[in-house]
Amino acid sequence: MKRVKRRYVGFAVAVAALLAAFAVPALSVGASQGGTLKMIAWDGYLDAKWVTPFEKQSGCKIQGKVAGSSSEMVSLMRQGGGSQYDMVSASGDASLRLIYGGYVQPVDVSKIPEWKQFHGPFKSPPNNTVDGKHYGVSLQFGPNTLLYRTDKIKNIGNSWSAIYNPKYRGKLTVPDNAIQIADAALYLMKTKPSLGIKDPYELNKSQFDATVSLLKQQKKLVKKYWTGSGDNAQLIKSGDAWLGPTWPLTTGSLLAAKVPVKEFIPKEGATGWLDTWMLSAKSKNTDCAYKWYRYISGPKVQALQGVTWGETPVNSKACPYMNKLSKGSCKIYHAAEPLAYYRSLYFWKTPVPDCGNGKKDCMDFSKWENAWTEIKAS
Amino acid sequence: MAVDASSAGPALRGARRNLSAFFWRRPWLKVTALLGPPLAWLVLIYLAALVALLISGFWTSDFFTGKIVHDWTLENFKQIFSLSDTTYLRIAWTTIWMAAAVTVTDAILAFPIAYYMARIARPRTRALLFVLVLLPLWSSYIVRVYAWRVILQENGILNWALHGVGLPDANLAFTNTSMWIVFSYVWLPFMILPVFAALERIPDNYLEASADLGARGFRTFRSVILPLALPGLVAGSIFTFSLTLGDYLTPVLIGGANAQFIGNVVFNNVGVANNVPFAAAYAVLPVLVIALYLAIARKLGAFEAL
Repeated sequence: MKRVKRRYVGFAVAVAALLAAFAVPALSVGASQGGTLKMIAWDGYLDAKWVTPFEKQSGCKIQGKVAGSSSEMVSLMRQGGGSQYDMVSASGDASLRLIYGGYVQPVDVSKIPEWKQFHGPFKSPPNNTVDGKHYGVSLQFGPNTLLYRTDKIKNIGNSWSAIYNPKYRGKLTVPDNAIQIADAALYLMKTKPSLGIKDPYELNKSQFDATVSLLKQQKKLVKKYWTGSGDNAQLIKSGDAWLGPTWPLTTGSLLAAKVPVKEFIPKEGATGWLDTWMLSAKSKNTDCAYKWYRYISGPKVQALQGVTWGETPVNSKACPYMNKLSKGSCKIYHAAEPLAYYRSLYFWKTPVPDCGNGKKDCMDFSKWENAWTEIKAS
Repeated sequence: MAVDASSAGPALRGARRNLSAFFWRRPWLKVTALLGPPLAWLVLIYLAALVALLISGFWTSDFFTGKIVHDWTLENFKQIFSLSDTTYLRIAWTTIWMAAAVTVTDAILAFPIAYYMARIARPRTRALLFVLVLLPLWSSYIVRVYAWRVILQENGILNWALHGVGLPDANLAFTNTSMWIVFSYVWLPFMILPVFAALERIPDNYLEASADLGARGFRTFRSVILPLALPGLVAGSIFTFSLTLGDYLTPVLIGGANAQFIGNVVFNNVGVANNVPFAAAYAVLPVLVIALYLAIARKLGAFEAL
């Protein structure tokens, strides 16, 4: 009898320990308190340089959580039925998923006067504005420009055709990202009108197949698919690669290292990314959220974030502040270009089956992901 | 159970004696108490993770919402083993092929070093060689792979040296060859050590007996040394093969446009596409390959050499 009991005690202790192990993390996640904004952000988007002054002047506290990918942002926003976090700095390949999933709420831009200072195309871009409703406020963007070594390539022309030209076999480097399919689609949209591509993110089966086969051709020319700005810069600097799509951030770092490079947007236009601060549908801290919107959209803070992270403010008044922080940065990051420049950019958005023709015959992003693996393995 | 403070010493000793008698009378309980914790660790943490992996491979992920759909389906496995679209089989094949090439290379490189260390070197030289073999392991694996990038790249040390003696560029950077070199380099110590252990165990009189029977060096090597070193070679190959099979950083850092390994597909599916079920299904493949490999290795007696 005694022995039996002892055995049970041991068992009970083990069970209790196991339960405790599971229960403790569940308990430590508290409900959001008033005056604290819980934010999901890209690494560095909640830098103390601009968060601390905000906390001081608004009285709102900020609690950041870094996400590593767009998909992680979506799943974090979904946690706890969407009540866990107040805001998220979603990129264009996540924002539509959050909007259609019902995880974010419309924002009243009339309460954010700074919004009026934005360059036109960033006021209501299709990746955060649906049916005239603003599900968030644009933050910063970056174009995917064409970069090349001026000492190795004399006459590159003015077209993306350079990155499909066998002349540069083994000297090309391309971002390792499925969204890169849109770059090829944009090129085909401009050069092969017979395919009928209207939007590089809305491709039906035959348009998609044509794009994938172009990228399979391109793969033979690729030295290496770059995985980040540093990787990209090293490849160009060492001379292993001479050209390829890049980010202005990379070009800036190469120029600073005195590498003879140039970047431009070819005549077909370019893709780009655009981040948006979005507000959770269940947020109870909308007062603080609007204070944040006004703060982060103002030209000074926009310039600070742009210069710190090598991206471009959407606020058209940020240019002089950028130059004050770092000489010439306004030009490097294209913060004060004519409207036509911004209009030539096709910003990332999640490819969805519904292309607006009522047929739902477009390839969604999971197909894009699969095709990207297939291209690289071809 | 209350113990009087004054009689704590004898009572404690008594309790200890009782406990040991208790266990002595029940040997099965002793074994259970001894093996219980590590077994629990193995089952709960190690095997449970593998089983969870296998199970989630039969689910799918709703791309749009990122939710995992808990409907049983073979869809992931069908896609992986599809014969009409062989993308994933080809990636697996590249990975296995590379793992095999690296293993053979390491075996060839490691054998003479291990032989010298085990049978020829004096104790001091041997200690020095041990330090040299293990030295690379003191620095981070990523740093060593990056170092190779600096060596192999276009304006790197290798091309600089080749230019110095008037030879043309090697153009090795970002190719499968560069991956093969780097893999062979980073896993070499894992081959040397088991081969060394196997060679050291060969009694000297075996070699003398072989010589007495008229065998020359090569014959002795083929008929005596190699068979006795084989378990060590196979044991080392388990390391080099499985480490290469599971790696994904070297392809990212050193590989070229063709560098897509099983590990990279898994990483992309988890980190970028958020398709954990597919990653899980694909991760089952190397588990199967390694299981097969271990079964063969066991036949060859490798486990005695570990």
